[in-house]
Amino acid sequence: MYAIQTFSLTKYYGSSKGIEDLRLTVEQGDFFGFIGPNGAGKSTTIRTLLGLISPTSGTARIFGKDIVTQKQEILSDIGYMPSESAFYQNQRVKDILTFSAALRKKDCTAQTALLCERFSLDPNRKIRELSLGNRKKVSIVCALQHMPSLYILDEPTNGLDPLMQQEFYAVLEERNRQGATIFLSSHVLSEVQKRCTHAAVIREGSLLISDRMDALGHASAKQVTVRGVDALPASDQIRNVQKTGDTLRFLYSGSPKDLLQTLSALPLTDLSIAEPNLEEIFMHYYAKENP
Amino acid sequence: MTLIRHELSLGKQTLFIWTAVIAGLMALCIFIYPDMEQQMQDIGDMFSNMGGFSAAFGMNQLNFGEFMGYFCVECGNILGLGGAFFAALSGISSLSKEEREHTAEFLLTHPISRRRVVAQKYGAMLLQIALFHAAVLAVTFLSVQSIDASPDWSMLALLFLAYFMLQIEIASICFCISACCSVGPGAGLGIAALFYFFNIIANLTESMAGLKYITPFGYAEGADILADRSLHLPYLAVGVLITISSILLALYRYHQKDIS
Repeated sequence: MYAIQTFSLTKYYGSSKGIEDLRLTVEQGDFFGFIGPNGAGKSTTIRTLLGLISPTSGTARIFGKDIVTQKQEILSDIGYMPSESAFYQNQRVKDILTFSAALRKKDCTAQTALLCERFSLDPNRKIRELSLGNRKKVSIVCALQHMPSLYILDEPTNGLDPLMQQEFYAVLEERNRQGATIFLSSHVLSEVQKRCTHAAVIREGSLLISDRMDALGHASAKQVTVRGVDALPASDQIRNVQKTGDTLRFLYSGSPKDLLQTLSALPLTDLSIAEPNLEEIFMHYYAKENP
Repeated sequence: MTLIRHELSLGKQTLFIWTAVIAGLMALCIFIYPDMEQQMQDIGDMFSNMGGFSAAFGMNQLNFGEFMGYFCVECGNILGLGGAFFAALSGISSLSKEEREHTAEFLLTHPISRRRVVAQKYGAMLLQIALFHAAVLAVTFLSVQSIDASPDWSMLALLFLAYFMLQIEIASICFCISACCSVGPGAGLGIAALFYFFNIIANLTESMAGLKYITPFGYAEGADILADRSLHLPYLAVGVLITISSILLALYRYHQKDIS
């Protein structure tokens, strides 16, 4: 059974497109990265999955349950972290955590205490006194304290200091090892590359690619660096050319044989061919759509 | 019940302040009645014969020399208008504040249906109005006892019932608006004031008497209640219909709504 499965999921805000014909699958137990720049449709996808907004057409299933008709059952097993955490200003952290647990009809006392300790969160502080980072910690504890099977995290590390980010991912990896599915949206590509086993790239509301992290790099392009060359021959397979001094760096999406043939005609002094990092893969897919 | 407790906890400060202010003003008006009683008998005729002004506030039907006449005008306006403002604020902020303050995303990603959110928030709002009303009623009762006035208790109870219904209706209308769009508390106060002025206009002009069906101040007009010794049922029936329609529309609209 898939943790998340969308079927031509589409959301329009009036005439403006949020997402269109989104077909996404996330396997149970996966650590999945959902990447795209601001406004690409990541949050619209997440908000549709959580039932905050209704799809214009199409549908989606979470653990096989329909997101519209079985929303309550789905939400009881999801831990959600929004990109911007907002809580009731006059309440204390402990009030928010207790309220969240009560809405889920669960006693989370032990987990709440443990998580507050791990994230150095004082439950007696008033929400209005908290910094952005501390509000984010409240959001983390709310998402984790009831031990859900699926974590949907929208830009989760935004506002967290590096130590807390490390602790946060340590907890997520523990939960993932215990069988939970992690679905995180981010535009911090390095964190997706480091943590996720699968990733999908979204652009202007449409899914560009979804694959295993290693396959994504392998299938997309090679990152080529050549020295001693001023310019490259025009080719549809060469993209994202960057020049630094006498070094040219580019992404090559053709066959290795063609690449070597092209390069053999150039006065190279040095050559390096490597798998691109996620940022380069990301740029590759975006450049492909915007040549 | 979780959300009702949460709402009561969030609203307790506002409830306390509004209850203290309105109950305090009511008590003050009642306490000064013995001093005003003689003067009221002297100027009662003047108050009753100021043409349109007297009609606008129903003073042409009241005897200011009697406690109930005095109570209707002075305390009636405080509880009628003050209570309407409190009810409007409670209703207008109930659902829309969650969107304005971006807490709707937190609340609605918990396993609680939108219908349950609407029902529990409405329940919490009703409870707050009931607590407000009960406290004001208790203070009024004690204040009246302390000045040794002898009011018509059944009429006093009827007046309080009318103001309670008025508050529920205004709160329900504002609650419905709150479910449909994200508006600030000013909109609620504006609606309460609008209904108050509709009643004044209806009192002033015969041709606009139909406004009494629209405004809840129509069936909560103290002068009419004292004169008829009952609530005007057609006005009340329309009010009940508006209240029920508002609740149903709020349920329907909030269930469908995209939370931004």
